[in-house]
Amino acid sequence: MKRFVYADNAATTPLSETAFNAMKPWLTEFYGNPSSLYRIGREAKMALNEARTTVGKCLNAASPVNEANDYAPGEIIFTGGGSQADNLAIRGFMHGPTAKGRKHLITSKIEHHAVLYTCEALEKEGYRVTYLDVDKEGHVDLEQLKRELSEDTALVSVMAANNEIGTIQPLKEIAALAHSVGAKFHTDAVQAVGHMHIDVQEMGIDMLSLSAHKFRGPRGVGALYLKKGIALEPLVYGGGQERGLCSGTENTAGCIGLAAAMKEAVEGLDEKMGYVKRLTDKLVKGVMDKIPYTHYTGDPVNRLPGTASFVFEAIEGEGLILMLDNMGVCGSTGSACSTGSLDPSHVLMAIGLPHEIAHGSLRLTLGEQNTEEDVDYIIETVAQVVSTLRSMSPVWENGKPNLTAASELHEHH
Amino acid sequence: MQYSEKVLDHFTHPRNVGEIEDANGVGEVGNAKCGDIMKIYLKVSDDGIIEDVKFKTFGCGAAIATSSMATEMVKGKTLEEALKLTNKAVAEALDGLPPVKMHCSVLAEEALRSAIADYYKRMGKDPTEILGCDMDCAACHHEHDEHAH
Repeated sequence: MKRFVYADNAATTPLSETAFNAMKPWLTEFYGNPSSLYRIGREAKMALNEARTTVGKCLNAASPVNEANDYAPGEIIFTGGGSQADNLAIRGFMHGPTAKGRKHLITSKIEHHAVLYTCEALEKEGYRVTYLDVDKEGHVDLEQLKRELSEDTALVSVMAANNEIGTIQPLKEIAALAHSVGAKFHTDAVQAVGHMHIDVQEMGIDMLSLSAHKFRGPRGVGALYLKKGIALEPLVYGGGQERGLCSGTENTAGCIGLAAAMKEAVEGLDEKMGYVKRLTDKLVKGVMDKIPYTHYTGDPVNRLPGTASFVFEAIEGEGLILMLDNMGVCGSTGSACSTGSLDPSHVLMAIGLPHEIAHGSLRLTLGEQNTEEDVDYIIETVAQVVSTLRSMSPVWENGKPNLTAASELHEHH
Repeated sequence: MQYSEKVLDHFTHPRNVGEIEDANGVGEVGNAKCGDIMKIYLKVSDDGIIEDVKFKTFGCGAAIATSSMATEMVKGKTLEEALKLTNKAVAEALDGLPPVKMHCSVLAEEALRSAIADYYKRMGKDPTEILGCDMDCAACHHEHDEHAH
């Protein structure tokens, strides 16, 4: 029987009831501008700073600054989302005084475009950027990082966990290496926050980007954790909100929703992610057992609990997504047709998948709202759709892929 | 990027999928590296009418839909009529394609012409005289791809 199964929780997540309820009064009743001096303005300001404190606590940011356990509000900068946080962190840092004139930055080849394109823009301004290679499971090359670090390196920016294949990076090691030459460490933790334990002090993280809608908060709001003592060039100039780094009247309800969703996600992390991981393990086993010529991508162990990523030989991912959608299953792909270019996703290329195979990628990302029945339905549906597409594929013959023949045939140009 | 209802219909219920055992014209274009391969099978009668046509496609939704539409548009037609089918006509018949997907319609046109060229070759005729080239041009579609993007 047809169901609707949302299995694209890495793209976005449904707003949690808790976050929604926390936001409501700040949209209707308490609409004051947090910069205003009268009571409803002051109340909004207090609520915003409470949200900041909550976010700080969830990341174990800084030490309490007073007996009331208030965290330094400056350590959390609210932004308009994860991409803005990444832009502020990287561009703002390289342009800012804490870079101390150093002109080199190191990142990885599998970062989100919010990081990669910011780095490319900086290259045009004359900065030098090293893009670290990754192994076939998507871990950054620490030896290469060691070799590339120098007295000119201002910043190392490596994502906490990859959005396509779920691989978690050794953050603590990377931070320690960056610090060994006096560089700072930023991590794009947009996919990671609320899905794995993060402790900025223990891990040695200097800046961390996060986005509310990836952990069941609202869209259009994110935050940058900025360790005390780091000065950035502003992202948006204006009325001086967010310590002047991201001006604009604060999105009070959004920030409060972010904090409420984050608190909920982080407090129940082990229990919820344990459940999600069991579902994902079942999904991976089911798909791998049922569908031949399938490859599993990413680190099989050290990965985000809800991320299952595959490539199926002899089919193309966009068709797969459209057919799954017809059957009520939402997933995503890194095929060229989905990227609007001739190349499949940069992540699948970086982990060394051949083009021919990378076109058949499928990412399914589960959340706490998914059930065992959902997983059974996904396995059955994916198997059926892959089989249908293969039956239509000229590179699938007699129950197996014939891609070598196909690519040899046309390799001459 | 948004597909028309017609594209989605042809993608979901593709017409003429499969192979023809005793085909007398077969053409394949595209390559797996770029993510599209189209193979068209023709059964042409002695008087030059396309009696049957089938396709197999490795590719995105638009690639499958254009294959389906192109085969539907030439079935029962003469080879001369089929050769007049342009990629634009296929795209229009589908109520349009997103700009990044126009290359799929180019592939459909080429796969068809390639199958017709193969038919002429099998009949001992030089396809170059009729088609302007022998349609053995994987490099050709590659250029089209780049233009399309």
